[in-house]
Amino acid sequence: MRVTADRTVCVGAGLCALSAPEVFDQDDDGLVTVLLPAPADEDAARTAANLCPSGAVRVTG
Amino acid sequence: MTDTFTPPPYPQARTCPYDPPPGYRTLPRDEPLVRVTLYDGRAAWLVPHYDDARKLLADPRLSSDRRRDGFPALSRRFEAFRLRPPAFIGLDPPDHGARRRPLIPDFTVRRVAGMRAEIEAIVAEFLDRMLAAGPPADLVEDFALPVPSMVICRLLGVPYDDHAFFQDASRRLLRSDDPDVSVAARDELAAYLRALIEDPERRAGLLGRLAAADDPPDTDDLVSSAILLLVAGHETTASMIALSVIALLDHPDQMAALRDDPDLMPAAVEELLRYLSIADIAGIRIAREDIEIGGRTIRAGEGVVIPNSLVNRDGDVFADPDVLDVHRSARHHLAFGYGVHQCLGQNLARLELQIALSALIRRVPTLRLEVPRDELPQRGPTTIQGVNALPITWGA
Repeated sequence: MRVTADRTVCVGAGLCALSAPEVFDQDDDGLVTVLLPAPADEDAARTAANLCPSGAVRVTG
Repeated sequence: MTDTFTPPPYPQARTCPYDPPPGYRTLPRDEPLVRVTLYDGRAAWLVPHYDDARKLLADPRLSSDRRRDGFPALSRRFEAFRLRPPAFIGLDPPDHGARRRPLIPDFTVRRVAGMRAEIEAIVAEFLDRMLAAGPPADLVEDFALPVPSMVICRLLGVPYDDHAFFQDASRRLLRSDDPDVSVAARDELAAYLRALIEDPERRAGLLGRLAAADDPPDTDDLVSSAILLLVAGHETTASMIALSVIALLDHPDQMAALRDDPDLMPAAVEELLRYLSIADIAGIRIAREDIEIGGRTIRAGEGVVIPNSLVNRDGDVFADPDVLDVHRSARHHLAFGYGVHQCLGQNLARLELQIALSALIRRVPTLRLEVPRDELPQRGPTTIQGVNALPITWGA
């Protein structure tokens, strides 16, 4: 699995950091950053991608 | 859809504080779009299904800009505000993002988690006061409203000592049937917040940070964002606390489950957000171009309404949707909306609700309503759903 995040469309809802805190964080601007691009907990990353309201968080593979 | 179908009115009133309006239950369920009639006689499309709602709320071809010709108005009050400069929830990208982005740092998961001790202290303080003065009490006036009000004040940098003024103005803004009263309340709030922002001696919190920034936002824009955050920050959470208590008292097995296992609270809050769907009228849009959905077409210029109370009870997505189940995994509800407009304050709301409800359940185990639930006056359908007062009692 590969995790990516598009900060240009992020709206800072924070659902990724809430549901997969090992994989995602919010930086000083409140926008998404990826901590683990190839996470062990794939379910949490998939949940985060599904919950993301802006389409910023994506998982492939 | 047959020729004899008469479009029902939208929005409609609830008869139970937390269930969808009975009139929504009888809408055709096999259609992706249902024709409804707005207060002024114009038509709009209602979206009854969760999957369609999620797609549409994330679709940039739907606009939130209420200044557009034909934008669906839900009331005379709504129409009175329609042509005034909107807050960021009434804007589209890129203007929307430009106004929302500077506010995001104060609402991140991490920043909100850092407020936990402060929120716990505020909750404890108002509970202490309520328990010392009663029973009975008005849970709205004594707890559900002041807690989120004080929290959002601290976050924004608004002096809580002025709460009598801005709580009253918020009420008039959101709930008056007279558009002139509502607009006047908005103007009073704007003047109050402008004076606060423009006085370097009184700057604090989020508003102070932005006002004092090297490249500060336009003052009118900041005032408009401040009104939105202040009003939305306490009216919504207050309604959630009050309706959560009513719903849990009506479902004693769910209340008992939470009492037995406090770790259930985060999931329970998601379920309550889904079940209560207090911002039922928030999903209002207008199509900028033709949009195909479920084999039907929304034409450019047509209005779209997406009632949370229906899409959050879609049986294809939530099994037994009318059952309140605090063990359910409901985080994909649309109570905070979806798409770029999804609630900025959602993580603050989550934490406030978790702390407030946990404390109430723990400290007031004999809490009960002082009047029959059916005698609580219902709010009209054109505002945040909730109760204006909630008489409670406790003890033997």
